[in-house]
Amino acid sequence: MISETNAPIIVRLEHVSKKFTLRKDNSLKERLLIARAGAKHKVEFSALDNVNLDIKAGSTIGLVGHNGSGKSTLLKVIGGILDPSSGKVSRRGRLAALLELGAGFHPDLSGRDNVFLNAALLGLSRAETEHVFDDIVNFAEIGDFIDTQVKFYSSGMYVRLAFAVAVHTDPDILLVDEVLAVGDEVFQRRCMDKIHEFQADGRTIILVSHSAAQVQELCDRVIVMHRGKPIYDGNPEDGIRLLRAGYERDRLDAMQADDRVALGPHIRSIRVVSDDPLEDITVSRELPLSVAFEYFLPAEESTPPVLGLGFDTHMGQTLRGSSTKDFSLKVPKTAGTHKVVFALNQNPFSLGKYSLRGVLEREDGTLLDHLTPASYFVVVPAPGESEEEEVTIDLQLLSSEPL
Amino acid sequence: MNRDERFAHIAKLNFNTLDLEKKNSRLKLLPAIHEIYQHRSMLGLLIRRDLKSRYKDSALGFAWTLIRPITQLAIYAIVIGKFLGAERGIPLFAIYIFTGLTLYTLFQEILTAGTSSILANASLVKKIYVPRELFPLASAGTALFNFCVQLAVLLVASALFGNLMVTTDLIYAVPAVLVVVTYGLAFAFLLSATNVFLRDIGYLVEILAMILMWASPILYSWTMVRDTLHAAGLDWLVTLYTWNPITLAVLGFQRAFYHNSLHGLETPEHLGAQIAIVLFTGLILLWLCHRVFRKVQGNFAQEL
Repeated sequence: MISETNAPIIVRLEHVSKKFTLRKDNSLKERLLIARAGAKHKVEFSALDNVNLDIKAGSTIGLVGHNGSGKSTLLKVIGGILDPSSGKVSRRGRLAALLELGAGFHPDLSGRDNVFLNAALLGLSRAETEHVFDDIVNFAEIGDFIDTQVKFYSSGMYVRLAFAVAVHTDPDILLVDEVLAVGDEVFQRRCMDKIHEFQADGRTIILVSHSAAQVQELCDRVIVMHRGKPIYDGNPEDGIRLLRAGYERDRLDAMQADDRVALGPHIRSIRVVSDDPLEDITVSRELPLSVAFEYFLPAEESTPPVLGLGFDTHMGQTLRGSSTKDFSLKVPKTAGTHKVVFALNQNPFSLGKYSLRGVLEREDGTLLDHLTPASYFVVVPAPGESEEEEVTIDLQLLSSEPL
Repeated sequence: MNRDERFAHIAKLNFNTLDLEKKNSRLKLLPAIHEIYQHRSMLGLLIRRDLKSRYKDSALGFAWTLIRPITQLAIYAIVIGKFLGAERGIPLFAIYIFTGLTLYTLFQEILTAGTSSILANASLVKKIYVPRELFPLASAGTALFNFCVQLAVLLVASALFGNLMVTTDLIYAVPAVLVVVTYGLAFAFLLSATNVFLRDIGYLVEILAMILMWASPILYSWTMVRDTLHAAGLDWLVTLYTWNPITLAVLGFQRAFYHNSLHGLETPEHLGAQIAIVLFTGLILLWLCHRVFRKVQGNFAQEL
């Protein structure tokens, strides 16, 4: 759908940067006391760094990235809620921002008053609101409670009403920040249906989400943000793979910084070896699997250490494990960092996500270090293989009788 | 509207552009006024929200809007007027102070509620884009509503004391109210924006409002000030005192509803001209303060 050429540009960002100045003091006294040291108390932080972006009408765009990558800032800049520090933001059409459900709700006012107020905040006139009022109440399943003060609403009713108002405001652009997971399953399904309806209407949806599944279901374009810059802009599948790889890298970085690993014998990393440039995490199903095990010994050991390797499903269910002891494999025992690569005779895994864990032991069984989970990998279908597992279910007629 | 119609519609629209390279693109007055005008229905809703939620769940409800000023009136009339003897030289002292207080309360409410308006609506400012001017403006609207109620009380009280009459001086009421609204809004814009970055402003404003009340001829008469200062040889201070826009507005309002000349109270000679001058100055100040507001409002969301 990205290639749709007749769609007009609806949002355009040119050289947009946003710098935050982080200050710790906020009262007059504090400012006066440290007025001279003021410069030292300021920390500049670049939330958006020279972002250029064209968004075509009718597309559904997922903004993904780690916490602090600038995706929410980008959404707020697009929505005009935050001004950038430099650059140019152009936008046209009616915009509704769903950054927090019920942001404009006043607890002391009735549901009805709040509907009108919230709709006005989202850009609807009174007559337009009256026109869709019944639809809003029906969609939210509020019924007779509409004339009750919203402070007496259950949290479910509150968000349902807020969502119902937002989706009935006829926006050309809808900005969504992590708010699609509200209500029970039935209501969530209806929210999704409403979003699909929006897409069919040619409305533009820009959503920030941490849920890869949601992004994959809804978006036709994904932008991966990293340190204030879009590092990927394209189809959702690759974008999400890149994002996952990024999470993986961050996790490993954090782990290396962990002071646990600075001393003594320890496992540096355990990862699946793959040709995939995307941080070793996807492995094709039909290829044999190899695992690289890196460990560090501060001094030479008297006997070769024992390396244990285990696999868990993503849900933490233990699958299988084995160690160098089981196969009488000798690995280096000298001081320093070693990398050992194990080959598994075949890839025994079905499609899905797995984690690796490992232990480093002396031959006598003394535990030196363990790493759980050490890394993740995803088994993907071999080229040409279908996404679905081929399972044939044979039906046989056992009996049939009139009742 | 189907997909293609929507695309055609969007293709025809002009871009609403914010260009940080062109420094003044956001500061121009006319687009700002146009934007506020487009959101006028929301302004009405915000005012109604403030009014409705204020006395929600109270048995007397809106009656409280009346009870407060009437109590105030009684206290000032009895304690300050009778016990402290301030009513000497000021006939119908209760009506006199209530006239001044009615107008001053308008100023005070616009100022204090306006200053805290952005902080009070933080959840909206952070999550939804509406012209941020709406929040101080809504505070002013609420204050104006309360002012109308108080004015009605004043008129009823005047009628009871036989002081209700229509004179040509009534015309002074209009510029007097305009001066108060103009200055109140100007400071509300400036201070509500500043208050986001420096929370002390909110407390400072309450003190300022108190000082300003005692610096205007509300609980005493302008002639008392003039005579006292003149006797002390401080005529320049009289000029300074009189040129206080709030003093001029209060004097104009008193002329309209209290009828100073009938009760032997003087007002400055060229009151009308002076009010016109401070009104004009006030409008320039309002424009400047609004510019400051516009300039910093883009950073509200991150500071709150």
